Amino acid sequence: MALATTDDWGPNQQRPIRSLLSGDLRLNVDPVLLLTILAISGMGFVVLYSAVGESGSLLLRQAVRCAAGLCAFLVMAQIPPRYLRVWSPWLFCGVFGLLLLVMIDGEVGKGAQRWLSLGIVSFQPSELMKLAVPLMVAWFMHDRPLPPTLSQLSVLLMIVLVPAMLIARQPDLGTALLVVAAGGLTILLTGISKRMIGGVTLAGLICAPIAWQFMLDYQRARVLTFLNPESDPLGAGYNIIQSKIAIGSGGVFGKGWLNGTQAHLEFLPERSTDFIFAVMAEEFGLMGVLLLLAGYLVLVGRGLYIAIDAQDTFTRLLAGSLSLTFFVYVFVNAGMVSGLLPIVGVPLPLVSAGGTSMVTLMAGFGMLAAISGHRKLLAQ
Amino acid sequence: MKSAERTIRKFGGGWRSAFVLLCFATGVVVIAARIYYLVLFNHDFLTAQGDDRYLRTVQMSAHRGSIVDRRGEPLAVSTPVNSIWVNPGELKPALDRLDELAGALNLDPDALARRITSNMEREFVYLRRHMSPAQAAGVLSLDLPGVRSQREFRRYYPAGEVAGHVLGFTDIDDQGQEGLELAFDHWLAPEIGSKRVIQNGRGYVIEDVEEITPARDGNTLRTSLDLRLQYLTYRELKRAVAENGAESGSAVILDPNTGEVLAVANQPTYNPNDRSQLDVARYRNRAATDILEPGSSFKPFILAAALESGQYSPDSLVDTSPGTLRVNGRVLTEDNSNLGVIDVTTVLAKSSNVGAAQIALSLDAGHLWQVLSGFGIGRLTDSGYPGESAGVLNDPQHWRDIGQATLSYGYGVSVTALQLARAYAGIAAGGVMRSVSFAALDEPPPGQRVISQSTADELMRMLQAVVLPGGTARRAAVANYTIAGKTGTAWKSEAGGYRENRYTAVFGGIAPASDPRLVVVVIINEPRSGAYYGGEVAAPVFARIVEGALRQLAIAPDGLNEPPVTVIASARVNP
Repeated sequence: MALATTDDWGPNQQRPIRSLLSGDLRLNVDPVLLLTILAISGMGFVVLYSAVGESGSLLLRQAVRCAAGLCAFLVMAQIPPRYLRVWSPWLFCGVFGLLLLVMIDGEVGKGAQRWLSLGIVSFQPSELMKLAVPLMVAWFMHDRPLPPTLSQLSVLLMIVLVPAMLIARQPDLGTALLVVAAGGLTILLTGISKRMIGGVTLAGLICAPIAWQFMLDYQRARVLTFLNPESDPLGAGYNIIQSKIAIGSGGVFGKGWLNGTQAHLEFLPERSTDFIFAVMAEEFGLMGVLLLLAGYLVLVGRGLYIAIDAQDTFTRLLAGSLSLTFFVYVFVNAGMVSGLLPIVGVPLPLVSAGGTSMVTLMAGFGMLAAISGHRKLLAQ
Repeated sequence: MKSAERTIRKFGGGWRSAFVLLCFATGVVVIAARIYYLVLFNHDFLTAQGDDRYLRTVQMSAHRGSIVDRRGEPLAVSTPVNSIWVNPGELKPALDRLDELAGALNLDPDALARRITSNMEREFVYLRRHMSPAQAAGVLSLDLPGVRSQREFRRYYPAGEVAGHVLGFTDIDDQGQEGLELAFDHWLAPEIGSKRVIQNGRGYVIEDVEEITPARDGNTLRTSLDLRLQYLTYRELKRAVAENGAESGSAVILDPNTGEVLAVANQPTYNPNDRSQLDVARYRNRAATDILEPGSSFKPFILAAALESGQYSPDSLVDTSPGTLRVNGRVLTEDNSNLGVIDVTTVLAKSSNVGAAQIALSLDAGHLWQVLSGFGIGRLTDSGYPGESAGVLNDPQHWRDIGQATLSYGYGVSVTALQLARAYAGIAAGGVMRSVSFAALDEPPPGQRVISQSTADELMRMLQAVVLPGGTARRAAVANYTIAGKTGTAWKSEAGGYRENRYTAVFGGIAPASDPRLVVVVIINEPRSGAYYGGEVAAPVFARIVEGALRQLAIAPDGLNEPPVTVIASARVNP
């Protein structure tokens, strides 16, 4: 991450590392956030162990990712938000550059060119965009009066839509939509007027048929399949049908850990990643799902609380955006797995196997912790 | 609510914050409601759907019962083979590897591609059936999705064409189609079992849950056939048909004491292991399905009725002068020469049509019909053999004099070789008729008496005279054994009348005459190499079959004290 290489601190600015080491500051963690994250991740491990067919090595890889995520959380939590604000445009430009690079020289995985190899690890720059876009929007608006004017709004829309389109062309519709969601929610929080919301919505509706033209065949198929999954039960509709079966057959209390027939007998596709929610529902039932959702609610609620208490425009926008975007992840994943939304490749945050998503999410929560901690420092 | 108000203040504007919170709340409620809906209202349906996916009922194969001869020699056995099938939908992602698949299956790649693509909507398509386990393993090792193997059984007939006709064959699904395979299909067919298994998403069976119905192999059918006699019969018949340039032929060996069929052979025949020679004419078990006019070989049954009526004894005299028989002023039949006044035994030994016709005409038609019918003429043999013909015996009301006269030398009546053999067996068994059986019997079935023991004994003596010097069937004699029998030579009937130059040569015989163990009927159809009399063409076949059979069965000679009469015997030093 950019953190390690940046060293252009002004003379009057306190180095975050130094503040960390000097005795007057404790390690800044938001205990509510951290404990909830650990609780959810813990549940995630339990479910994942079952989903990967009780394979220890796969679980170990997830543990490494989780540790990396925790590092990201702890590091980000120590960075005062004003540094974050200063870095925002650079971070955005850097990630945008990586996105262009991945278009030219990315690795192909599962039919999409979205991976960038860094020697031993490869990661998806598009995931970083989920953080970079709200940061950029918040940065753009932090010293401008709210709500934004029409011209400012059009700049904001560019900030959101251009990276999103690049990601959609990889093709990674899920991440693109999440980037739009993250950016859009930040814009919404800037307090734009009803008329503007109406105008943007209208423009969106007009653009929908055009977007349909640009969509790839498999993406169209997913939308059509979502509308009627039974039309192609062996092909595109298979995932939805199987996950509905897993959830529904789990019942109120579930079939018990490691006893999920649909997951263990390999009927459930993508069970360790995007569809892990269905594994959870099958084995732990409605109760398990509600427990998990409760954990997510605590996280989002805590995030919104931090946003409300934030001291300036940048942190307030950022905190609100990060919280709501996180909720969107949960909503989209749970909605798609339970057959409410089309299948878009959105993992279940903190639970699905997958490295980059884990690290960016944890970094985002680190920012929230930083915003929260910074406010406390000021209050003291 | 306090925090909500603060949120509203911070984000400047009530409706907007309310909107955000509303969206948030709606999202939570919608997800929770959706899960509730799936779990509470669709639980049973979705659970059943889930169970359907992994709990499968699969068939357990079992093999068809073997067919063995009466001594346990295998005649038909099922060997395990593998049939490769595909679920085309599953294979779809790997269609680019079709050439590999075609290579392993040894099929034409284009034909295979057509077969798969034109059945895309199906879930089960056979690609190749009955491959050897090794070949099938080669196909499966390609590890193509949706390509699977199924255990099946292929029928193999160790005796090949020797017993081809009588056994019949099964189709590719192992169901009896012809012959004994069809007649005893219920007995031979396996009970396909079923079991519930847990199957994973890739179609592999992970675990057996329970057996629903057990699989049971088919029962072994022990036939009445004796493979040694079957081979002998096959060999001698084949040789005779070839030597005589005949169109076809049949031979049957019955055990007169039980009604069991010891051997049945026909020519032309086919190899049941290789049915590529698709010639329907070869498939018929002619001995059971084809009817013929028995000619003079029918005379013993007329004489049985004559003796039974009390009007005749073997010594009764019949005037056959002038060697021709006129009915209603027309010459109906004639003997080879004017035999003059001869006794009944000689009528049979010399095969006098005139004598037989005169005897027949003197008998009560109803009684005659009763005796003939009692011998099974015009009736099925109860063998249960598929496609068996009942033959033809007209009602006596339609006979009139001509009919009753021609009947006496075997015209205007039709029998199968099997029927004729059964009728001879009735005489051999002392006048008791038994059903014909293709299955080995533990004890002789109860019979039905058709003529008295004494009549049967007299007939046996008369039939022995046929084979002695002076009779028509000297070539049916077998050294050191007493033989009883009767020749027959019939013009073949065709639409519009009888053909002078096409004959059926028949011989029906019993051995040993003193204690009958074998009844053999030989029919040579349309011999074209000059000889055509039953005594010339069919009788030698009978002799060779009986000679071999008696030796195989280790039946003690009963004719050692009688002067040797055959060619083989006359070659001996001691005349």
